[in-house]
Amino acid sequence: MGPGYFPLLIGAIVAALGLAIVVKGLIAGEVIEFGRVPWRALALITAAVLFFGFFIGRLGFVPTSAVTALLTTLASRRVRPLTALAVAAGLTAAATLIFVVGLQLRIPLAGPGF
Amino acid sequence: MDLLDNLVLGFSTALLIENVLYCFVGVLLGTAVGVLPGIGPTATVALLLPITFNFEPVTALIMLAGIYYGAQYGGSTTAILINLPGESSAAVTALDGHEMARQGRAGPALAAAAIGSFIAGTVATVVLAVAAPPLADVALRFGPADYFALVLFGLVVSIALARGSALKALAMIALGILLGTVGQDIYTGTPRFVLGQRELYGGIDFVSVAVGMFGIAEILRNLENERDRPALLGGVTNLWPTREDRRRIAGPIARGTGLGAALGVLPGGGHVLASFTSYAVEKRISKRRREFGHGAIEGVAGPESANNAAAQTSFIPLLTLGLPAHPVMALMVGAFIVHGITPGPNVITDEPALFWGLIASMWIGNVLLVLLNLPLIGIWVRMLRIPYQVLFPMIVLFAVIGTYSLSMNEYDVYAIAVFGIVGYVLIKCGCEPAPLLLGFVLGPLLEENLRRALIISRGDATVFLTRPISLSLLVLTVLILVLAALPMIRRRREVVFTDEE
Repeated sequence: MGPGYFPLLIGAIVAALGLAIVVKGLIAGEVIEFGRVPWRALALITAAVLFFGFFIGRLGFVPTSAVTALLTTLASRRVRPLTALAVAAGLTAAATLIFVVGLQLRIPLAGPGF
Repeated sequence: MDLLDNLVLGFSTALLIENVLYCFVGVLLGTAVGVLPGIGPTATVALLLPITFNFEPVTALIMLAGIYYGAQYGGSTTAILINLPGESSAAVTALDGHEMARQGRAGPALAAAAIGSFIAGTVATVVLAVAAPPLADVALRFGPADYFALVLFGLVVSIALARGSALKALAMIALGILLGTVGQDIYTGTPRFVLGQRELYGGIDFVSVAVGMFGIAEILRNLENERDRPALLGGVTNLWPTREDRRRIAGPIARGTGLGAALGVLPGGGHVLASFTSYAVEKRISKRRREFGHGAIEGVAGPESANNAAAQTSFIPLLTLGLPAHPVMALMVGAFIVHGITPGPNVITDEPALFWGLIASMWIGNVLLVLLNLPLIGIWVRMLRIPYQVLFPMIVLFAVIGTYSLSMNEYDVYAIAVFGIVGYVLIKCGCEPAPLLLGFVLGPLLEENLRRALIISRGDATVFLTRPISLSLLVLTVLILVLAALPMIRRRREVVFTDEE
C-alpha cells in the first residue's frame, strides 16, 4: 500500500474508460462536431489570464487589472475599440474599489516593479 | 423539546445583525447571478470563497448558502421573461412561464414561482432540521470502510443523474479523482505527479479548477455564437395571481415541494431532476393537459417549488455526512475546512450554533428572497439589459483577482487558464464538467478512507464486505452501475434530458 497504489488503480480505470469510449464511438460511428471555435476569444482570454498571473506580483493591482480587462474585452468579435477601452477602464475602477478599498486586499496598487 | 431549543439557538445566531446582513448580500448576489445567463452559482461561490475567509465561519456559510438557493429564485425570472434559463434547473420553467409572459401574464407567473419557492423553501428547511440530527447519529457509527463505500456510492449515483453519456460521466469522475491525487501523499509525504514543480506539492487548487471549468469554459462556449439577447417582453404588471390562479397552484406547489425535498438529497444535480420530475407529474395528472406548453400556471408553480425545496435539502448530505451533493456544496466543504471545521456528523454536536444558525438563516433568506423578487422585480428586469460584452470581462477579471487573493500564488492563476481550455474541450466532446469537479473533491476522501480501512484491517480487503453498512452500500453501487448500463433505462434518461434542450 504505497503512495502509488491509488493513482495506479484510478489510472487503470481512466485508461479502461477512455478505451471504452473510443471503442463505443468507433462502433456507433459517433462524430463530434466542433463547430465554430472562437479562436480569438480563446487566445485573448488565455493571454489575459496568464498576463495577470505573471505581472500581478510585478506591476501591481491597477496596471495589471487594466491590461487584463482590456485583453478580455477585446475577445468579443462585436466590440468596438473605444467601447472596449471604456469597459476596461470601468471594470478596473470597479475592481479597485471592491477588492482594494472595500476588501482590503493586500496587493500594492502599482509596483514594486521587476 | 430538543428541536425547539435548537431552533431558538439557530435563530438567535442567524438574527445577529451581521448574519442577517450577509444573508441578504448572499441572496441578493444569488438572485443576480441566477437572473444573468452565462454565470451560475458555482462560479460565483468559487469567486467569493476567498473573500469569506475573514468572516466568522457561520457568517461565511450563511452567505455562500444564500447565493446557492438565491440563484434558484433568480433563474426563474430570466426563464419567464426572456425564455432563457438563468440557471439549469429553471429550464422547464421557461416552457410555460415564457408562454404566460407572451400572453401578458408575466406577473402571475413570477408570483407563482416566488410563492411556490417560498413555501417549498420553508417546508424543506423544516425537513432539513428534523432529518439531519438522526442521520448524523447514524453517520457517527461509520468506520473508514463504510465511508469509502458511501463516497463511492455518492459518486456513482451522481452519474446516474447527469445528462449525456453515462460512460463519459464515469470517465470524468475518474479523471477528477486522478487530478485530486496531484501533490504530496497524505501518509508518506511522497510527491505525486508534481513534474518537479515545487508549486504543485500542495496539490491543484480547487478554486482554480472550479473557476476555469465553470467560469472560463462557459464564457468560451457563449462566445462561439454572439447574438443579441432575445428581446424582453414589455413591462410586468398585475403581479398578484387571481383567485383562479391561486386555486390552481396550491396542488402543484405541495407536490413539487414533496418531490423536491426527497430528490434534493441525491448527489449530482438533484434540483434539476426535481424540477423535471415535477413538470412531468403535473402534466400527467392535470385535467387540462393540453394547456401545458401554452401557459399553464401549474407548469411554473410545480417545478419552481421542486427546485427550491431540493436546493435546501441538498444540504442534508453535506451537513450530516460531509458529502457534497452539488459542485456548490463541494465549494462549501472548502469553506468549512478553511475555518478549521471538518464537515460531517460532528458539526452538529461540536458547532451547534453554526449548524442551527445556518438552517435558520435559510428560512430568513427565503423571506428576504420573496421581498427581493416580488416588489423589486423591476430592478432585475433592468439588469437583464446589461450586455454580455460587459459581463464576461467582469467575470474573468474578478475570477483572476479572487483566485490570486486566495494565497497570492500566481500558479493558481495559470491553473485557471489551463482548466478553462481543458473544460472547453471537454464540453465540446460532450463531457460535463460537474462530475469531474465532484471526483476532484471526493477523490482524496475516497483514497484516505480506502487506505485507512486497509491499514486497520492489515491489508485484508474483505473488510469492505464484512461490515453491513459498507456491504449494502457497495451492493447498491453495483446495482446502479448495472441499471445505468441497461439500454432501457438509458433511453429513458435520454428522453428526460432531451426535453430540456
